[in-house]
Amino acid sequence: MKIIVCIKQVPDTTEIKINPVTGTLVRDGVPSIINPDDKSGLEAALSLKDEFGSHVTVITMGPPQADAVLREALAMGADDAILLTDRKFAGADTLATSNALASALKKMEWDLIIAGRQAIDGDTAQVGPQIAEHLDIPQISYTEEVKYDGKSLFTIKKQTEEGYQILEAQAPLLLTVLSSANKPRYMNVRGIVEAIDKEVKVLGVADIGADESKMGLKGSPTKVHKAFSKGVKSAGEQFEVEAEEAVGIIISKLKEKFII
Amino acid sequence: MNFELNKKQQLFKQMIREFADKEIQPIAAEIDENETFPVESVKKLAKYGVMGIPVPVQYGGAGGDNIMYSIAVEELSRVCGTTGVIVSAHTSLCVAPILEFGTEDQKKKYLPKLAGGEWLGAFGLTEPNAGTDASAQQTTAVEEEDAYVLNGSKIFITNGAHADVYIVFAMTDKSAGIRGITAFIVERDTLGFSTGKQELKLGIRGSSTCELIFENCRIPKENLLGKVGKGFSIAMKTLDGGRIGIAAQALGIAQGAIDETVKYTKERKQFGRSIAQFQNTQFQMADLYTKTEASRLLVRSAAYKKDSGIPYSTDAAMAKLFASETAMEVTTKAVQFHGGYGYTREYPVERMMRDAKITEIYEGTSEVQKMVIAAKMFK
Amino acid sequence: MDLSSYKDVFVFVEQREGVIQSVAIELLGKARDLADALGQNVVAIFPGSNISDKAKELGYYGADKVICIDTPELEHYITEQYTQAVYQVITEFKPSIVLFGATTIGRDLGPRLSARLETGLTADCTKLEISEEKELLMTRPAFGGNLMATIVCKEHRPQMSTVRPGVMRKLEKDTSRKCEIIEYSPKFNASKFKVKLVKSVKEAKGMVDISEAKILVSGGRGVGAEFKNLKDLANVLNAEVSASRAVVDAGVVSHDRQVGQTGKTVRPDLYLALGISGAIQHLAGMEESDFIVAINKDKYAPIFQVSDLGIVGDVTKIVPLLTERLSKVKLEK
Repeated sequence: MKIIVCIKQVPDTTEIKINPVTGTLVRDGVPSIINPDDKSGLEAALSLKDEFGSHVTVITMGPPQADAVLREALAMGADDAILLTDRKFAGADTLATSNALASALKKMEWDLIIAGRQAIDGDTAQVGPQIAEHLDIPQISYTEEVKYDGKSLFTIKKQTEEGYQILEAQAPLLLTVLSSANKPRYMNVRGIVEAIDKEVKVLGVADIGADESKMGLKGSPTKVHKAFSKGVKSAGEQFEVEAEEAVGIIISKLKEKFII
Repeated sequence: MNFELNKKQQLFKQMIREFADKEIQPIAAEIDENETFPVESVKKLAKYGVMGIPVPVQYGGAGGDNIMYSIAVEELSRVCGTTGVIVSAHTSLCVAPILEFGTEDQKKKYLPKLAGGEWLGAFGLTEPNAGTDASAQQTTAVEEEDAYVLNGSKIFITNGAHADVYIVFAMTDKSAGIRGITAFIVERDTLGFSTGKQELKLGIRGSSTCELIFENCRIPKENLLGKVGKGFSIAMKTLDGGRIGIAAQALGIAQGAIDETVKYTKERKQFGRSIAQFQNTQFQMADLYTKTEASRLLVRSAAYKKDSGIPYSTDAAMAKLFASETAMEVTTKAVQFHGGYGYTREYPVERMMRDAKITEIYEGTSEVQKMVIAAKMFK
Repeated sequence: MDLSSYKDVFVFVEQREGVIQSVAIELLGKARDLADALGQNVVAIFPGSNISDKAKELGYYGADKVICIDTPELEHYITEQYTQAVYQVITEFKPSIVLFGATTIGRDLGPRLSARLETGLTADCTKLEISEEKELLMTRPAFGGNLMATIVCKEHRPQMSTVRPGVMRKLEKDTSRKCEIIEYSPKFNASKFKVKLVKSVKEAKGMVDISEAKILVSGGRGVGAEFKNLKDLANVLNAEVSASRAVVDAGVVSHDRQVGQTGKTVRPDLYLALGISGAIQHLAGMEESDFIVAINKDKYAPIFQVSDLGIVGDVTKIVPLLTERLSKVKLEK
């Protein structure tokens, strides 16, 4: 079985801080990581590899530095890696991103495509389903568990608000996987030593034969009109008093607001 | 000249740091408190190839280098000194001498299992009357047909109670002095071999430190490590490499204490502001961080020389001397910055201070390191 | 693309086992605002099986028209079945705007449709408004809530977005409101139905929805081992207990009660933030609450920047006392 895992390099948003004076994002020194849901998707693929000897390819779209997350994926056990990088991909929204990835995927062989549910820098959860649509294959999102019968049938546990669903589908199939689906393995030392010397295939728009009008900013139906840091709500009253008095203040406020 | 880690080393550092933070740090206080050897941690380290970093792939290792190995010990020790020394003693004192001095058969027999972490390694040189003066070995090895028969005991052996393979030194010819010392590879279940008293220690309390006892213990001749009479030289060369490991352990402990202290002093408020804002804190911490970074450069320089086949004995001694004394200073001051809390087990700096002390003592005390360095200077 | 041929604000109305989901009612309320600003209609797309009798309800909450797709194929949500049905409605009726709930259904269907329609979709919007140019301005958090971005979809129609439950306000139910109901029968291509639903399982995980609560008693790291105190306080206030990520990660409270970027967005009438320092990810999930009371030891804690009433003090002392006093107030009544 051939599995392709779509991963994204993201800033570790838990490390991002706001400059309290200017209200702008402080991104200096914020590490770049494999998006957590994607890493979980990679683990799902590597588990299938452990059990069924599948071949795992990782693909990412991004600037040349995104090579780092591919090396990490190789060091975890992926067999090969593809980097889509081209100035013409820049400024892509989810639809343009999915068009680029789908164009590359159309030229490859696969039985299963795995993506993370969503990326922590955008939280859109769109690229996976959009790729599935472009490739005309079924999708199952919010995957918590993947079972494979070794031939062609996948049994998927999908998380829902109320609990979960069990769904069945044959390959070809696209899954989007939750971080909670598993605990990704670490890179292993031998994998690291080997990953550095492995060739990462680097492809541009021309290499994947994509329609340029559907790439990057040009191919993006949505555009950022403006971006701004969240206006901080002005602080209310603050009291530093003994417990007894504090309780009095709280109760009178709640009465005033008709909450009690 | 390049002071940057290469890509491979950087990627490894990212991996081992994440591993240490997620797998080792959460149990560090517990294994210290209960004095339990972290068997599960060793299994996990083995699974990811950390028990055989500088061992070539052909012998089942990861094919890494000694800089990576030093990073492993540093990062593990940053959160847990115990785990750091387990990896260090195993790699530097058992795996390395087999790799360096072993026959092809010995390498094929022992390295895959040791590098794969299936077996744990240890090293037996110190005796009750042979500490800093390691030449005063009283354990004897008498040739008898196809074997040597060992009698005697070793003390303070790191990994002692949990190891499967030991590099052991014994006198094959008392009249020859240090040229009468020979090295052997001893397997745990050899008849006549047993482990004795487990030491109760100030620090690195999760690690095993115990006595090894040899009573008419027959070691087959194929388990001679190196040539007869070359044991002392093997021991000294092995300890050179071991000092890189202990220096890295000390460095990690110092860095851990700095990280904890920076975090704490930013949070802790006295006189209306965080204590990190006081210049006394900043100046002292700047000094400590500078010394820690200097230790790091010494450690990496020694490891680099070992990787490059350049003599590194003095470098390793300097790295260990400086890093261990820095670790003791940093951790002592870290406790001071934490005030009363620092003296309690609520904060890890108390453990770090206890763990730091041993780095000035084992694998050659600070005084021994000075002897090594001075010998080079005044030869 | 002739943009002027697209009009009206459509809402995808999500139902589960025939129960209209709260988020759909919230979206109708917002759609009403948008449609009024455009001088257009609010249209509900209402797919499901045996649901026709509920269609008029949607009128009570703001829909002018309901396109009811009542067919056995749509009994359970499955991506392809729903995509085919909704795709046909959109291509036939040409809405200017389509809104979806940012649920496991809306976030699965929305992107699939956006790719089939080749139009944009903006995820998890917290604010929707109509610009002077009569375009939809879609504002959403990015970078884990650290940054807000306003997105537009100028040259493609429909303009689509998903909105998280609990963000928009429902209209008051008005049973005098009438709406037009259109029965719609899509043509399905069943050869594309490749995913089979084996079973749906409801897990009893307390089943509370904190985003529905009027009052939340929320605890953070500062509460320490005394989480029971919060439950007592919540009892007196008829409130639900919620928590910050730190407490959920520590296993003290289940994940469905987590407030914040990776948990739920809440906007209760009263939010009591107890021992919560107020990491940006937490603030993103609760700062829209009507009235926020924060108690924290650290007077510089970021939570105080969003609170209406801030108390610098020890939660473990204040909370039991507050519970005691509140039960007395209650008895007096």
